This record gives sequence, structure tokens and C-alpha cells, in this order.
Amino acid sequence: MEATVAIENLRVEYRSRELGLATKVAVRGLSLAVGQGEVFGFLGPNGAGKTSTMNVLLGFVPPSAGSARIFGVDVREPIARQRIGYLPEQTYYYKFLTAEELLHFYAGIFQIPPAERGARVDQVLKLVELEHARKRQLKTYSKGMQQRAGLAQALINNPDLLILDEPTSGLDPIGRMKVREIIQRLKNEGKTVFFSSHELGEVETVCDRVAILHQGELKAEGRVADLVAQHAASLEQVFLKLVGYHPQP
Amino acid sequence: MNTVWSLAKVVVLEMVRRKDFYVLFILTVLLTGTAGSVNLFNDRSIVRYLKEICLLLIWLSSLVMAITCTARQIPMEREQRTIFPLLAKPVTRGQFLLGKFLGCWLAVGMALAVFYFFFGLVSASREQQWPVLNYVQAAWLHWVMLGVVVAFTLLGSIVFAAPSSNGTICFVVSVGILLLGRHLNKVALGLPQPWQSLLYGSYFVIPHLELFDVRDLIIHNWELIPWGMVGLATLYAAAYAAVFLLAAIWVFRRRPLN
Repeated sequence: MEATVAIENLRVEYRSRELGLATKVAVRGLSLAVGQGEVFGFLGPNGAGKTSTMNVLLGFVPPSAGSARIFGVDVREPIARQRIGYLPEQTYYYKFLTAEELLHFYAGIFQIPPAERGARVDQVLKLVELEHARKRQLKTYSKGMQQRAGLAQALINNPDLLILDEPTSGLDPIGRMKVREIIQRLKNEGKTVFFSSHELGEVETVCDRVAILHQGELKAEGRVADLVAQHAASLEQVFLKLVGYHPQP
Repeated sequence: MNTVWSLAKVVVLEMVRRKDFYVLFILTVLLTGTAGSVNLFNDRSIVRYLKEICLLLIWLSSLVMAITCTARQIPMEREQRTIFPLLAKPVTRGQFLLGKFLGCWLAVGMALAVFYFFFGLVSASREQQWPVLNYVQAAWLHWVMLGVVVAFTLLGSIVFAAPSSNGTICFVVSVGILLLGRHLNKVALGLPQPWQSLLYGSYFVIPHLELFDVRDLIIHNWELIPWGMVGLATLYAAAYAAVFLLAAIWVFRRRPLN
């Protein structure tokens, strides 16, 4: 069966605009595959290349070498993004719109027929528990509410693959719990979830498999339980060991 | 087309929820209203001067609106990073730019309709006549001209980093063409080579925005322009807008997003 996300020998380079400065390699020869219905955790310290990989998957940055495919389609083709839902780390939405308007706008982008849009908007607003605030502009929302509105926009097209960039960052414990519940519910519905996070406890709870990236290179990939058993340590200790961090005694 | 239309609607909504249009409209209403209430010696030519001043205000307001609204679109999308969740959807960069163009052009068109309607009411109350078709022709050509301005401002917003510098450059270029465009060929004749060829060449390259300035049609209640000419002028503007938009898409496709 074809992988939902297939990355092969991916290399991402950023050329410096200033003369004399070397080209920065963000990702080196990354290969991984995510199967349908998996919740896949993408881990690494800051600057490891997680966001660059996600940027390639979302078509923001072209690969310098190698390839990336989603549902078998090259990520450079806009149609590859038809079945994706993306939640950025921060809430980057038009704050002058209400949640309802934002969702209708994205529903229009996905060419959801007008007759079905209302029902779909109601459905996702109910899922993220924002029905009561649907007529309020996003600028009046709290951080947690904005993140849930973001999750709602990521779900508007009933995507088969969700790409979440640190979905619980900056949320309070209740907000985190709600987002985690939604991810769990999506997993139960058979959706594929690809997400980056620094919350290793959360990753351990939610993910089927993880990949650990450091300085653009893949350091480990596999089931959480297997990694923990293989290194005879907790996921946090495995992570710290693989990224070369040795705590001072 | 649905994608372009969805993007355009958001631009219009943004314009409606911002205060720029209301400020300019209230300013124009106050100035037009004050000017319209003046009646010196029952002289009809005074009314024409006043109409001229009011139309000049409308032209300046529309240029300011079109340029400021368009110049901030792309930089704001990048600065606030709203472009990322948007382009993570099945939207091409070309559709994104076309949506921005259509939205800005429609928003300016709506503002223009309000301005002309108000001006028509004031003018009709003073002159007891309202040549509607003259107003339609003048407003249509004005709007079509703004389409060219919106398109080159959009291109400028990708080339220049700061919206303020792009806005200033586009405003100076637009006003420069409106004032001097028709005289460039005559000025060129008095210059030494290679400046003569350069200026003469630019006379044929620049979009002649001044062709669309038919304010006299409603100031002096002149005869209607033949509709065929209006159609040709529309095609002329559409061709220039298309060239600027294609250039914008070509440049934007090569630009990194962050």
C-alpha cells in the first residue's frame, strides 16, 4: 500500500543572499514514510529541520534534492494539498473575520459546494467547541480559542492527512487536553496525523511512531515502545541521548 | 475561479472593516457639501469650478485608496504569516495574486460608486439635471484606469520590500503619468540622444492613464463618448493590467515566502 507521506533522500538548502556566507543545509538526506491512519510524531530540538521538512510537505519551499510525496502526488503540485489540513504553530489567520466567516472562506477555497458548507462549518465548530463564539471576530478570542479555530480550519475539508506544527504550544493544560482529545478522535476516525512537538509526554501518549531529527539528519525512527525498550530509557532520555545532550552531574 | 473569488471577498471584507474608506468618504462629503452649499452671485461657472474641485478630490481619494489598499496586501500577508495556512491549501500563487487584484479592484470600485453617487446627488441638486450616462462613462473609465494602477501596485508590492516605499513610488508614477504622460513625446524632442530615444520610447511603453480622465464630461455636460471608444479604452487598460499581473505572478513564483 502506498504511504500517505513518502519522503526520500530529502535535502533542503537555504542559499545566503550575502556574499561570502555559506549555504545552510537544513535537512540532509531525510527518508521516511508515514502510513495511513498513523499518528506520527516529528521530534527534534530547535533548528533540527522539522519546520523545513514541513515547509517542503506544504509546498512552501522546493526540495534542493530528493523528493516528497503526499498520497503519491509530488508536493510541488497544488492538488497534493487538497486532502491536507494544516495547523501552524501560531495563529496566522485573518483576525478581522469571525470564526464562521473564516471557515466559510476556507470551505470556498476547497470548493466545498455552497449547499454543504453550512453543515460542514457547524460540524467543525461543534468539534472544537466554538459554537458559542462563531459570530465573534478572531481578534477577540483567547489564545486557546484561536488555536481551536485554527484546528477547525484545518479540518474544514475533512482531510485525510493532518499536519500539525506544535499544536499545543502556548496552551494551558485544559487547552492541551482538548487538542489531544481531538487528535485522538481523528486517529479513531482513521485519519493520518503528522505532527511536530516538544512535549515528549504528549508524544508518548498520542503517537504510534516517532522520528527524531537532529541537525537535519534522522537519528531514530520507530514505534515509541520499541525505542524506549531498545535504549532502556524513557522517551525524554532517548531523545536527549540522540541529540547529544549530556546533563551535568 | 471560485478560489480567486473567495480570496477577493476577504479583501473586500477587510476594506469594509477598516476605517480608510470611511475617513476618505467623510472628508470628501464634507468638502463637497461645503463647496456645494456655496452660491456666489448665482454664477453657473462657479458651480463648474466647484464640480471640478470635488472631482479632483474623488480622483485623489480613489488613487490613495487603490494604492494603499493594494500596497499592503502581500507584505501584510507575509508579515502576519496568514499566507502560510492559505498556501497550504490547494491555492496556486497565481490564484492568490489574482484574488488580491480582484478584491482590491472591486473594493475600490464599490468606493467609487458611492463617491460618484454622492457627487451626482449634490451636482443634481445645484444644476437640476443629472446626465446619468455621462456619469456612468466617467465612473467606468475611472474604475478601469484604477485596475491598471492596482495591477502595477501589486507588482510593486512584490518587488519593493516596504509598503510605504511601494505606495509612494506608485502614487508618484500614477500622478506623473496623469499630469505629464501626454507631453512626454514633445519633451523628448528637445533632448539630446540617447535621452531623446529613451523618453520617446517610454512614451509608447507607459500606460496612458490620462486617457481615462474624462472629468470634463460631467463638469461641462459634454456629449457622450462613442461606446466603441469606451470599449477600446477598456481593452487597452485590460491589456496593461494583464501584463502587470503576469509580471507579478512570474516574480512571485520565484520569491521565497519567508
